[in-house]
Amino acid sequence: MAEPAAPVLEVRGLKTVFRTRGGEIHAVNDVSFHLEPGELLGVVGESGSGKSVTMMSLLRLLPSPPADIRSGQALLGGRDLLAMSDEELRAVRGAKVGFVFQDPMTSLNPVFTLGNQVMEPLIKHMGMNRAQAEARAIELLELVGIPDAKRRLYQYPHQFSGGMRQRVMIAIALACDPDVLIADEPTTALDVTIQAQILELVKELRRKLGMAIVWITHDLGVIAGIADRVMVMYGGQVVEQAPVRELFANPQHPYTRALLKTIPRITGARESRLKVIEGQPPILVEPLKACPFRARCEYRHAACDEANPARRAIDGAKIGHGHDVACHWQAPAKAEMANA
Amino acid sequence: MLTFALRRLLVAIPTLLLISLVIFLLVDLAPGSPASEIPLTVPPEVRAKILEALGVNEPIHVRYVLWLKQFFWIEPLNGIDAIFGTSYAEGEQRIISYQSRSPVFGIIGERLPQTLTVIGTAYLVGVLIALPIGIYSAYRQYSLFDQAGTIFAMIGFSVPTFFTGTLFIIIFAVWLGWFPTKYDTTLEVTDWQSFLQQLRQMAMPVMVLGLANAAAISRYMRSSMLENLGQDYVRTARAKGLSERTVVLKHVLRNSLIPVVTVIALGIPSIFGGAIITENLFGVNGIGAMLIQAIRGNDLPMVQTLAFIFAILIVLFNLIADILYGLLDPRIRYD
Repeated sequence: MAEPAAPVLEVRGLKTVFRTRGGEIHAVNDVSFHLEPGELLGVVGESGSGKSVTMMSLLRLLPSPPADIRSGQALLGGRDLLAMSDEELRAVRGAKVGFVFQDPMTSLNPVFTLGNQVMEPLIKHMGMNRAQAEARAIELLELVGIPDAKRRLYQYPHQFSGGMRQRVMIAIALACDPDVLIADEPTTALDVTIQAQILELVKELRRKLGMAIVWITHDLGVIAGIADRVMVMYGGQVVEQAPVRELFANPQHPYTRALLKTIPRITGARESRLKVIEGQPPILVEPLKACPFRARCEYRHAACDEANPARRAIDGAKIGHGHDVACHWQAPAKAEMANA
Repeated sequence: MLTFALRRLLVAIPTLLLISLVIFLLVDLAPGSPASEIPLTVPPEVRAKILEALGVNEPIHVRYVLWLKQFFWIEPLNGIDAIFGTSYAEGEQRIISYQSRSPVFGIIGERLPQTLTVIGTAYLVGVLIALPIGIYSAYRQYSLFDQAGTIFAMIGFSVPTFFTGTLFIIIFAVWLGWFPTKYDTTLEVTDWQSFLQQLRQMAMPVMVLGLANAAAISRYMRSSMLENLGQDYVRTARAKGLSERTVVLKHVLRNSLIPVVTVIALGIPSIFGGAIITENLFGVNGIGAMLIQAIRGNDLPMVQTLAFIFAILIVLFNLIADILYGLLDPRIRYD
């Protein structure tokens, strides 16, 4: 992985809590990561691991209350998104950072035409007039592979299929040529063939436009095919981070290893059941004082109950730039693993 | 949309005919006699003659068909005559009130403007107050403003108009002397001075009724807004960098208005029905007061005609509400 280029996005020590009647839920705990220009960072983890909350915290899209961003920095081009005024932040949302959400069926406003919704950020951020915005909107719809874009511009969301709507969402997110595209499980609500189409589309757009992408998913199969680098999250923190090949070849965290085992395979002996990770992810009612994964971990030992492991580099690179893991347990070297 | 409207209008014809029959029979078969208003000093044979002259002794089906003919044919012709100075309906028997022996539509024409001015304004004021309250209450849910709005709505709902009306009279008319206690129906607006006077005398009934209307509509608006504020498309709108104003007043409001517009449209016929208690309290000589008077006096043609007019208005505004719904919500297409 090339090191030098300045990151487009750098997040340091992000902490987000939800204030509820039953107390605080510590959803994001000291998350740090960076995103290099043109890079695709995959973020994996099961539901409730803090993936979406982390990304939405960056743009302060979580309703507050109950969400409360306690600390941290999110530097985009050197400016801290978390310290900005609302007005400054609105100039970033949709312009410098595009967001694609999980469910295309509900993420578009049902009573406005698609054209209207695609043109909104163009008029707001690019200072276009209606005619310019319309021309650009047609371009965008064609870019994301919507045939007959000119006519489709005047149609309403209910006249589109789920896959088509997600293409429109992508067009909206890319409208102002953002530096960063955050895709929050954009294929989860779609069926498999459409998922593949959307993945292809994003790969192609990335080649054409060269923006950096954060791709949130719980599907490691998707990540393997698309990401440069992977960040595994659990209990609201980053438990492992590595370039994609390294992660798949040499997973360090027991959670990552367990996740990899759960991927169903077509080859090999037929297994009677799908593999699962036993147990439930923790409900984070108090700050983590021990490893959040310990209850489900097969390598649990005394240290796991005493302290929450910090991220440590395993290849000597700076944390976040090479391969790092937050675990007390030392995974055996690759050669030993093969024998085990 | 046009075919839908036409089809609905056609379907409305048998519906209205059936309603007319039910209204006619209900009113006609109710106990009581139009003769009860005739003074007892009138000798029985004169009394019988009067009744005969009124047409009360005709068989019921004859009277029903005659009434229908008068309602749908002769009265509209009379209306045309009145407007264009023609004489199509000359010599035709109009629907005559038993009590006043004058045409029912003439009386309605005298009374309706009072009702429409006062109650129509009250409805409008109610809607105009309710929408911003509902929108802002939802946007700042559980805020001080929202709590105040909730209390306001609860008062508007639960305190009857005869109480608020009396209270207003005591405070604003008796203590403060800002407004007259009674509505002067003979006042004609001719210049600025009389217009101000009209406004002053309308103020209290409009406020009393407006409060009651606003209470209900603000609640509908609030809950509809709340439902939409949590939707995913709102987050999308925010992620685009739109201002809160655009997010709330364009994206959320347009969706939230769909059910509220229906409620508002369906409430409009009640304006024509008048507000009996408020009209009585302030001495507004409107439709509501007239209906009560007609029921007391067994004035069958008047009661039947008024009830049927309300039925037509309700059917009509149902249709209008449906059409508005289709216009506001692109997902609904009737064709």
